[in-house]
This record gives sequence, structure tokens and C-alpha cells, in this order.
Amino acid sequence: MNEIMPGLALQKVDERIMTLNVGPQHPGSGHMRLIVQIDGDYIVACDPDPGYVHRGEEKMAEYRNYILNIPHLERPVIHDSCNVLYPYVLGVEEILGIEVPERAKYVRVIASELNRCIYIMYWLAIYGIFLGHSTMFMWPAGDRELLIDLMEKMTGARVTHAFFVPGGVRNDLPANFEDVCLRYVNYFEKRIKEYSAVFYDNPILIARTKDTGVLSRQDAIRLGTTGSVLRASGVDYDLRKKEPYDVYDELDVHTNVMKEGDSYARSKIPWLDMLESCNIIRQALQKMPKSGSVRVKLKPNPKGKGLTSVYKRVESGRGSLGCYVVSDGKPEPYRLKLSVPSFRNLIALPYLLKGEKLGNMPSVYWSLNYWPVEADR
Amino acid sequence: MSVIAPDFKLSSFIKSLLDNIFWILLLLVLIGIPLVFMVLFVIPLPVIDGELLTPFLALSWIADPSRTLPIIQAFLETDIFRVMAFPGFGFAALLAAGTIFAERKMMAKIQLRVGPFYCGKFEGILQLMGDGLKLISKEIIIPAKADKPIFWAAPVMFVAAAAAFVALIPVAPGWVVADVDLGLLAVFAVIGFFPIITILSAWSANSKYPFIGGIRALFQMVSFEIPLILSLLGVVILTGSLNLSEIAASQSNFPWIIFLPVGAIVFFITMLAELERIPFDLPEAESEIVAGWLTELSGMMYGLVQLGSYLKLYAFAGLFVVLFLGGWNGPMVVPSLPLELIENGIEMGPITLKISGLAPLLSEVITQEMLNGTLWFVLKTVGVIFFIILPRGVFPRIRVDMLLDLGWSKLIGLAFVNIFIALGLLYAGVLGPGGLQ
Repeated sequence: MNEIMPGLALQKVDERIMTLNVGPQHPGSGHMRLIVQIDGDYIVACDPDPGYVHRGEEKMAEYRNYILNIPHLERPVIHDSCNVLYPYVLGVEEILGIEVPERAKYVRVIASELNRCIYIMYWLAIYGIFLGHSTMFMWPAGDRELLIDLMEKMTGARVTHAFFVPGGVRNDLPANFEDVCLRYVNYFEKRIKEYSAVFYDNPILIARTKDTGVLSRQDAIRLGTTGSVLRASGVDYDLRKKEPYDVYDELDVHTNVMKEGDSYARSKIPWLDMLESCNIIRQALQKMPKSGSVRVKLKPNPKGKGLTSVYKRVESGRGSLGCYVVSDGKPEPYRLKLSVPSFRNLIALPYLLKGEKLGNMPSVYWSLNYWPVEADR
Repeated sequence: MSVIAPDFKLSSFIKSLLDNIFWILLLLVLIGIPLVFMVLFVIPLPVIDGELLTPFLALSWIADPSRTLPIIQAFLETDIFRVMAFPGFGFAALLAAGTIFAERKMMAKIQLRVGPFYCGKFEGILQLMGDGLKLISKEIIIPAKADKPIFWAAPVMFVAAAAAFVALIPVAPGWVVADVDLGLLAVFAVIGFFPIITILSAWSANSKYPFIGGIRALFQMVSFEIPLILSLLGVVILTGSLNLSEIAASQSNFPWIIFLPVGAIVFFITMLAELERIPFDLPEAESEIVAGWLTELSGMMYGLVQLGSYLKLYAFAGLFVVLFLGGWNGPMVVPSLPLELIENGIEMGPITLKISGLAPLLSEVITQEMLNGTLWFVLKTVGVIFFIILPRGVFPRIRVDMLLDLGWSKLIGLAFVNIFIALGLLYAGVLGPGGLQ
């Protein structure tokens, strides 16, 4: 390799190597491009090229006040919108020094767990179709509607809820919501348990994804992966337990950990997370105060003109999602930075795909629990 | 909602017809009459009432409609009819169309949705027609660097090879387009064409994804042809014949699947691989290589390949039925045809209905055996097609290395086990051409 200009190098052409541009217009890429070099059926190198759907969410946030930031900040992952807003809302509350009502905290936990399920169902549907399993595409996509209906009852919107606001949640739960939610969640849990028969215990799926794209425990920590990818490699790390926010410390949260670190473990952890979410929702419904305020009024920044900053992070459907808010006392944030789990997990992709077969590319790629739009922000 | 012509009025349509009636009649006469005469010249015309029916005399059906019946009978016995309509292309295409509709509805039921629903009054039954119209009306785009003659020819060759395969399948006793003595060898020869056509299409597209898909198809088809051929040897050993009609006729007492279940299973799995069905649809693996070797095909070229692959599906299912499930054999369920009734007429008060000339048609061409055989063949074929479609609902796709491992190590071994079972049965004198049948 000889450099003709700083940062611009010519690469030797190897006749055996074929370069494939997988995406952005490819059924197996998402909104991004993977530059894959293959030698026969083996992947020599993979260069993920995110940025296709970069929308400048962070810069946009500097021109809108704290309330107007809510709808557009959930756009990176509209399926997981409550969890994307969660760190922002927590951060703003800490800057302002607001204490959130107890009932609002429980409502937030329920909403974020429901949203986690909705996100994982969508992710699972795409994982199914990536492996050529069309039934596993249709079933989660259909069962997801159940929880979307529930969220619509709760927030008034099907996907982009804009439900969390600094100081609580936007509106109180509708009447009789607890019973409906419990019924829906029980049915949902029964339904997702059926997936193991057609998908997770499927011999072909196991043969295809076991021992492919193995990420060891050390590598998972070293590469800075998070969420389901980290837990599939045997690291017991869940922010709901390690740094409990809102009322997670009052709930019994069980973390799912698998030791294998392969595609199969990475695809099974989110499914186990959904079952755990159902447990959390049931606990939260029991412990939630039956009445009370869900939103407190905002007040001006008590710290005045100086720069104050806060970094908050939550466990989203993909891993720890952080939000760094800097306030200079104006109605708009001085700086807002989203630290997203998708981008951290994507870093592991070139390491995992090196030496893998081309047929494993979709399963390894999507098992990283990666959402291209969130990585681009 | 589909509106073809919003300003359409029946009265104006009829008026336009009347305005152009002269030209319509002229065209009908100029095209229609020569066409009728050409058909009549091709058909070996029978003797009716002691006189040879010439094309000119044939038009006397206008005076005596019953004179058309011998012509119909003669037409049913021609090769054109066999190739185009009944055991050949038309019948297979009809079954293939039914297969596509049934597949979509069945997948929809498995996946908790409704499938095609709006096109046609009943359950979206005309959806396929709509899809076909869409494919025909689409523009055909050919890659700039493609090898154009080969790229154009490949879909046509694919359909032709599939139709040749269909021509070898016997549907009912005596009803087969090509009754070859070495029928099974002809089947293997035709199957051997598909990988060549696939790689020609893939390579001539001069694009990366079709190339990878074509190579995968080549791997898959070539490596699964060996267990495919080996798994059928058991049947050939026991039957002592390569003629598919004779193989089907030899199973009048019991189908071979009772004695050769291993061979049937191996053949079924290799059949899935040859047909590129899930879980073996690697050459068209969507998430890896877009649409595999079909990526650059557009419009009706893609439609032709789809038609060919469904014809191939029907032909493979028919081959499975003929070799392992007894072909057309089955209990007689079709009631005997009312020959006497037709010849002698029905006494109904003062009127006696008598149709002369229908009796030879029913006793010679459309016999009770033929109808019964066709019914059983269709029933069994539909059953096999059901099991070919079913894996699509429950299995993900497998990987190339797993596929080759399955084909080369496991299926070939099982195929040899099947041959040993057949040889054992033969040497024990239990079954076989000379033994107990």
C-alpha cells in the first residue's frame, strides 16, 4: 500500500478478491453500506459504512427548546421511542432539580418496557427474514400490533409517542388501563413463548447460527459493545440493575446472560429480555400508586447562566443509551450528545465477519442488535 | 381500486364495433378461415358416413353439428393437443398456477394473514393473472455490459427445459407426450440442463450478485444430481425398466414407497434442492445476494423464469408420484360413463334425446380409466406439492457448506443404503421384474 496523499492510498488489486457493496439498496443491509471483500465464499474484510441516514439530530437539538426537542429526539429509533427519550428526560430533570411523582416513574417504566418489547419484535422480524424464515417475519410483525395498540391507548400515538416529558409523562393513563395492560401482556408472553418452537429450537437455525461470529468475553469488553451483545458474551451488565434509574431499584429485575457469544446467543438474549420485560411490567402494575399526579410543572434553571452538564444513561432495547445535555440557562440546550448503543455494537462487526462465510453475514450483522438510523443519528 | 378506462361506456363501445364492422369481418375472414383450414390440414381427418372428411367437407358441421365430434376426437389424438393441452404444457401450467395460488394462501394461513384477497371476487383468485399482466407490461431492462443474446435466451431456454421435463411425465395410461423407453434417462438429461442455463444467465448478466447466485446454483444442482440419480436406481432395479409409463404401471398393487422409503426421502430432499425451495433456496438468498441469479432479470424475463420454475415443481412432483406413489393407480372412483344412454337416448315422454357420434369419443379417447387415472395422478401430485411448499413456512435457509455436506456425505450414503435394500429384495426373490409383483 503506497500513500499518494495523506489519507489517500492505493490498494493492490487481488484478482481473487471480489468487492461487494452490500447496501444501501440491498435487502440485507438496512440503511447503510457494508463494503465486503470476499474470497470465494469467505469474507476477507468487512468495512461498515454508516451515515446514509445522518440527520443531524444533535445539531437540531441546539435550535429547539427542551419541550420541542422531544418529538424529534425519538426519531432515531421510532420503535424504541420511549427509551430514546428516557436519558434526555432524566438529564433535563437533573439539571432543573425536579422530583418526579411516584406514579409517573412507574408509568415511565411500564412504557419503556412495552417499547422495548415493540422494538425487539421488530428486530426479531427482520432477523427472521434475514435468515429466510418468512414465518418469523410475519409472526412478530403481527404480534407487535398488540403492544402498539396498548401504547396507543396509553399515549395516543402508535409509534412515535412523545410521551416522556421532563417532569413526568405527558398524560395520565386511561381508565381501566391496568387490567387491559395485564391481559395484553399475559397474552403477549404466551405468544412469544411459542416462537421457540418454530424459531429458537429449529435445528436448521441452530446449525446455522451456533458457533458463528463468536465474540469472546474479553473482546466484547475491549470493543465496548453493550446490551444484548455484551450479555450474550457472558458479561452480566444491565443498567437497570447496575445503575437503577427511576424505580428499577424497587423492582426485581433479572438479567439474562449467555456464555457462548455466538450469533445464536446474541439472537436469543433479546427474546429472553422480552419475557423479562413482561415480568417487570406485571410487577410495576402491582406496585404502581393507583392515583396521583403524573407531571410536575417545570421551573426555570436554578443554576442561572453558567454551563451545567449532565450525562444520563438507560438500558434501551439495544444496550446502554446515554444522553449528555449541556445547559447554559437558555431555553435551548447548549449542546446535546447522544451516545447510542447501535454504533458501539457496529464496531464489533468487522472483527466478527473476518473469516466468516458469506452466508453468515446477515445473521452475524443483524444479531449485533444494530439499528442503522440510530447509529447515524 | 383499478379503473382501466374511466370514460368507458358500453353503448359507445358497441357503436364503435358497428362503425368498424366491415374491417372486423374482413380480418376475421382473412385470419380465421385460413387458420381453420391449416388446423384441418394438420389433423388426420377421419372417415364419416363412408366419405373421407376433407377440409371443405368439414365445414358441413354448420349443417350437421354432430359432424364436429369426429374432428374433436381426431384432434384429441394428435400430438399438437398432447403437447399443448392435456398431458403437456397447458395442463402443467394450470396446475402450476393453482400451485402458486395455493402456496400463497397456505403461507398466509401459517403466518396468520390473509394472503391475496381483493383481486377476483373469491379470495383473490385472480391475483396471479394480475401479477402476470404487471410483469408483461413492465419494461425489460438489460444491464449495459450484459452478453445480450445469451441473457435474452436464458429465460426462454429455462421454460423450454421445464416444458421438456413436463413432456416426459405420464399422467394416465397412454397419456404422455413423449413415451420414451429410456424415459428416466431422458429425465436426468433434462435435469442436467438447468444448471447450465442458470450459469449462462448468471454469467451473461455480468453483475456480481447474479454471478455468486449462479455459482451457488451450479454447486447445489450438480452436487444434488448424484443422490437424485442414485435414489431412483432402487426403483429401476425392482421394475426392470426405465420407461416411466411401465414404472407407473408396475405399481398397480402397491407403490414403491412402501419398500423403498429411504429412497423416497432422499429423492424428496434432493428434489427440494433442485427446485431451489426453502430451506435450499441459496441461489436466491435474498438477504445475502439480493435475488441471486435472478437479480438482473426484469419484466417478463423474470416471469418466464418463475413460470419455468413452477413447471419444474409440477414435473418433479409428478416424477415423485410416478416413481414412488404409484402414478395413476388407485381405486376406481369415477363412475362408468353412460355409453348406452348416449347411444340409445333417454326416453322422456315424447322426446328422445339422441346424440350420435359421442360414443366413440367416450369409449376410445376419454375413457373411464383415463379420467380415473388423471384424478388420482392430480390428487397425489397436489399432495406432494403441498409437502414441497410446507418447509417454506417453518424452516430458515441453510448455508452452502451445510448444503454440500448434506448432499455429498449424507444423502449419497442413504441413496446407497436404498440401492442395497432394493438389491436385497431382488435377490431374496420377494420383488422384482421376475419375482412377485
